[in-house]
Amino acid sequence: MSRFSPARYWSVVKKEIIQVKRDRPSLAIALAMPLMMLFLFGYAVNTDVSDIKTAVWDQSPSAYSRELVSQLENTRVFQVTAHAGSYREIEAMLDDGSASVALVIPPDYARKRDRGEMAEVQMLIDGSDPNIARTASSNAQLIVQNNAITIQEERMQKQGLGPMEPAVELDTRVLFNPNMESIVFNIPGLIGLIMQNVTMILTAFSLVREKERGTMEQLIVTPIRPLELLLGKITPYVFIGFFSFCLVLLLGTAWFGVPVKGSAALLVSLSVLFLVTTLTLGIFISTVARTQLQAMQIAFAFILPSVLLSGFMFPRETMPVVIQWLGGIVPLTYFLEILRGIFLKGVGLEALWKDMIGMVVFFLLMISVAILRFRKKIE
Amino acid sequence: MKRREADKQMHDNQPNDVAISCERLTKRFQERIAVNSLTLSVPKGSIYGFLGPNGSGKSTTIRMLCGLLTPTSGRGTVLGYDVMTQSEAIKQRIGYMSQKFSLYEDLSVDENLDFYAGVYQLGKAERIQRKRELIEMAGLTGREKQLAGSLSGGWKQRLALSCALLHRPELLILDEPTAGVDPVSRRIFWEVIHDLARQGMTILVTTHYMDEAQTCDWIGFIFFGNLLVQGSPSELIEHHGADNLEDVFIKLVKEEEARQAAGQKGGGGGTGDVLVPVKGEGR
Repeated sequence: MSRFSPARYWSVVKKEIIQVKRDRPSLAIALAMPLMMLFLFGYAVNTDVSDIKTAVWDQSPSAYSRELVSQLENTRVFQVTAHAGSYREIEAMLDDGSASVALVIPPDYARKRDRGEMAEVQMLIDGSDPNIARTASSNAQLIVQNNAITIQEERMQKQGLGPMEPAVELDTRVLFNPNMESIVFNIPGLIGLIMQNVTMILTAFSLVREKERGTMEQLIVTPIRPLELLLGKITPYVFIGFFSFCLVLLLGTAWFGVPVKGSAALLVSLSVLFLVTTLTLGIFISTVARTQLQAMQIAFAFILPSVLLSGFMFPRETMPVVIQWLGGIVPLTYFLEILRGIFLKGVGLEALWKDMIGMVVFFLLMISVAILRFRKKIE
Repeated sequence: MKRREADKQMHDNQPNDVAISCERLTKRFQERIAVNSLTLSVPKGSIYGFLGPNGSGKSTTIRMLCGLLTPTSGRGTVLGYDVMTQSEAIKQRIGYMSQKFSLYEDLSVDENLDFYAGVYQLGKAERIQRKRELIEMAGLTGREKQLAGSLSGGWKQRLALSCALLHRPELLILDEPTAGVDPVSRRIFWEVIHDLARQGMTILVTTHYMDEAQTCDWIGFIFFGNLLVQGSPSELIEHHGADNLEDVFIKLVKEEEARQAAGQKGGGGGTGDVLVPVKGEGR
């Protein structure tokens, strides 16, 4: 009597498939939304800093000053957008945001350079966005330092000395993402985030809808078991979610040119595991909520923290330990590790098994809680 | 272990001709008593009409019997199974139809029947046979592909009844099945009910229509959560010296309201104040 019945499970699956097919708009959203989101966020979520708007106040127009400005521009980090004539003008530009950085070249710059004296230039940086400020400051420093070394070397050569040999030299090599493009890092994460949001909402409504329409009452006077009902409701969405995942994966690799370095088979199978996990999370929400509106609210209450805690936006290593723990109860955290590991590093299960277990544990926990929550009662 | 033995014994001692029996069954929602110490028994193969004004506790009682609600106290057995502990066994053996249409409106007649056939684990041959029988019984022939949502009230009720009957339940529980249904459909519906009873099915039905109640074998009248009277329609009319059932119930409602108004304590006695012996014997 209390055994899992494949016949009952299967009839739920068939019923759900018919209902999904009849609900064309929802199906279209489930398939089109991920593509749209990847397209939008693929361009929006870009932490590479370039073309910082720069104002220049050149009080000593000369070959030297023009050389300096063009060196700054050549890095593509800075883009000269305005010329100023006073500190007041610069201040106004920084205030209204028409410039983020201002370069001030003093009147004696050319003269001091000619004489071989130490020349100073000033850079004013709008620090409200620390990321931009840091990039501007370090790049400008590097350029000026290089400049100084070149000038020093020229002078020493004139005096008949050999080239300057630095005492220590740092040789860096960037692995996995040699050009340090943020898109390569972000696209895999985006795929995970988008799949989480879309699939969770698919199932978050499924049980509540039956409660609202009154069909649940008829269902719970039948001998159907909670596990049969919940699994039956998840199953069709695994296929929809998987199809939509494949679309997003194709777009991510083909359009944004982010290659998959690791095993595609491993990527696909772990993604299915992730889909099942988030669909179960949606079902859990459905057992807690009383109305579809509540289900929507709970889903959104989950989405925002998962963006921040999972390490999608900010690295988890720098978070306080308690926050890191909180991130540990978000399945997206594990999936991001998996996605980035397979996409960027090309690692296999030997490096990702912990994350896989994390997701499995989350899935088992969620389905158990959902079954316990879903009592066949109407109180 | 002891508990289980006691349960078993009770199961065995259960007279075989009783489909439902409750003893001091009570349901409390926080402070409000929805059903107060209800004692009744429904013989197998009979139609038991459950009457009472809106909010009197009819639906709550029915939901407890179906296992949808857990009773606060008291005992109840349905087809020999305890409503507290064996509700899943009960669910396999009863058919239930709620007052609100609760099938899938976006599924066709056929698909709704298929779904419930699967849920009740009917084999393929049996499913095909039962579907054919029930579609014919409900007069839905030719409408198999129509979406349930597009059926009119009477058809919907008969489709719901068909789904509740797929697995040949021993007991059929109907909660205001004919509310808002046109007179012709109502007549057809009750013909089906009587037919089923003749085949040996027990039927518990709530209704507001006195003409429907008149045709039941037994009637129980519930008010403010108390079962006031129980008996066959003719017994009740005779005992109260009334012309018809409607007069009996109006009289009962007035008496009970007067009692409630006189002293709040009055109504608490429940079945103690029964006007006709609860066990209706002579049939």
